[in-house]
Amino acid sequence: MIPPLRRELIATWGFVARNIHLTKRYWGWELVWFAYSLTSSLAVAYIGLGTEMLSGPGVDGDYLTLYLLVGTLVWSYLSQIFYVISEMVAWERWEGTIEYTFMAPSSRLTHLVGTSLFAVVYGVVRTLLILGAAALFFDLNLAGANLIAASLWLLVGSISFTGFGILAAVMPLLFPERGVQMTNVVAALLLLISGVYYPVEVLPRWLQFFARASPATYVIRGMRESILKGVGLGAAARPLALLTLGGVAMIFFGTWIFSLAESYAKRTGRLKRSG
Amino acid sequence: MIFLCHSTRRFDMNALSIRGLEKRFSKGLGKGVAYALRGIDIEVAPGEIYGVLGPNGSGKSTLVRIVATLLIPDAGEVRVFGHDVVREAKRVREVVHRVSTEAAFFKKLSPLENLLYGARLYGVPGRAAARRARDLLTLLGLPRDKLSRPMEQLSRGQQQKVAIARALLHPPRLLLLDEPTTGLDPRSKREVQELILDLRVQKKTTIFLTTHDMEESERICDRLAILDEGRLVAEGRPAELKAHVSTDGREPSMEEVFLALTGKEWDDDSTAQT
Repeated sequence: MIPPLRRELIATWGFVARNIHLTKRYWGWELVWFAYSLTSSLAVAYIGLGTEMLSGPGVDGDYLTLYLLVGTLVWSYLSQIFYVISEMVAWERWEGTIEYTFMAPSSRLTHLVGTSLFAVVYGVVRTLLILGAAALFFDLNLAGANLIAASLWLLVGSISFTGFGILAAVMPLLFPERGVQMTNVVAALLLLISGVYYPVEVLPRWLQFFARASPATYVIRGMRESILKGVGLGAAARPLALLTLGGVAMIFFGTWIFSLAESYAKRTGRLKRSG
Repeated sequence: MIFLCHSTRRFDMNALSIRGLEKRFSKGLGKGVAYALRGIDIEVAPGEIYGVLGPNGSGKSTLVRIVATLLIPDAGEVRVFGHDVVREAKRVREVVHRVSTEAAFFKKLSPLENLLYGARLYGVPGRAAARRARDLLTLLGLPRDKLSRPMEQLSRGQQQKVAIARALLHPPRLLLLDEPTTGLDPRSKREVQELILDLRVQKKTTIFLTTHDMEESERICDRLAILDEGRLVAEGRPAELKAHVSTDGREPSMEEVFLALTGKEWDDDSTAQT
C-alpha cells in the first residue's frame, strides 16, 4: 500500500513526464513556435535601436533595446506559464483524454500543480534559449545587472501566473466552444496593462488602476530594475514578499474556483463536449 | 419494468448499487430538458458481469459516466462497494476503471508512454509501471514493435487492447466497459470478449458493460438490463428474458426480446435522445 502523499507525488510527476513526452513528440511544432517567439522578441527589441536612429543621440538605443528585451522575454515566459495551465482542459478535450484524467483518483490540486511545474520548467528552458539566441543579435551589457534578484523576480512571477492560469483554465472547462478564445482575451488584457513594452505610467489613469492589479506589472518592473539598474534583494524584499503571498493566495483561490467549475461541468455534462 | 431475477439482493455490499437514478440535460435556454435516465434501479453483485443493452441514445453511456464520477446525477443514489459516487468520489475512483468506445489516448504518445501516464495517475511508481505495462501489452498480443510507436499508428483493435491493458495496470474492483467492442473487426471483438471473461475468472473483477451488440450481451453477461429512452424496461438472465417473451415454444433471438419488451425495432434510432 503506497502512502497517500507518495501517491500524489507520483501522480504529480506523471503530469510532468506526460507533458515532457508530448513536447518531444510534437518537436516540429515546438521548433516552429520557438522560431515565432524568437523573431517576435527580436522585432520588438530592434525598436530600441530604430528609435535611436530616428530620434537622434538623445535616445540611448542600447538601454531601450535591453528595456524592451527584458519586457518581451519576461512576457514570453509568464504568458507561456499562463497558456500551458489555462489550456490544459482544452488540450485534453482535443486529445480526447479529459474524462480519463478526471476520473483518476489523484486530486485536482495534484493535477494543477503537476501541470504548473511543467509549465515553469518548460518556460525557463524556452526563455533561456530565446535569450541565448537573441544575445547573438545584440551587444547586451549585463555587467551591472543583479541576476540573483532577477531570478527571484521570475520565480515569484511564476507563482502569480500559475494562479492566474488556474483561474483562466475555468473558462475552457465551462465554455467548451469559446473558452480558449476567452483566455486569449485575458492574456491580451494583461499584455496591455502590465507595462511589457512601456512604463504603465503612459496609460490612461483608469487603465493604471487595473495595471496595479496585474502581477506582471510588478514582475516586469522588478526585473527591469534588477537588470538595468542592478537593484538588489534588499530593496526588492517587500514587494517580492507581497507578490509571493498574493500568488499563493491566487493559487488556492483559483483551485477552489476550478473545483466549483468542475462540479458544474459534471452536473451539466460539459466535461466531454468538444469545441 | 420486468424483473426476472433478484439474485443480487442478498448481498450486504453489492459491487454496484443504483437506486432511483435520474439525469436530465438542458436542451438550451428556454427549450426545456431532455431526460437521459429516469428512475433507474440496478444491483450488481461482486464478480458479476452485468450488461446494459440499449440502442444509441438510450442512456447507457450517461449511466456509465455517472458510476465513473464523470457526471453528477440529478436524483437518486449510486454506490460502488458502498461508496457514494458524489460524496466519496475519490474512494470510488480508486476502485473503478472505465474503458470506452473512443480511444482516450494521447495520439502522439506511444502505448508505453500512455500507460506510464495512466499508472502514475493511480500512484504506481514509474519503474514498476513500465515493467507491468510491457508485460500486459505483450500478454494481450500487441506486437513488440508497436510498443513505442504513436497510438495513432495502431489499429482500432490494438488501441482497444491498450485501453484494457491501461485499466489493468492498477486492477480495478469494478470495471466499466462502455461499448468496448464497437467498431472492432470480428476477430478483435472476439479477443476483447475473451479478455473480459478471463478478467472475471482470474482477477474476480466485477464488470459493468454496456453494448448494443445482442450477441455479445448474450455471450458474456450473467445478467442483462434493457434500457430504452432512459428507462429500464427489463432485467434478468439472457435465457430468462428469452423465455419470458417466447410464445410459440421457439427460442427467440435477443432482437425479438428487445422488440417484445420495448415495442421497437432494434435498429430504430428514433429513440435517440442523448
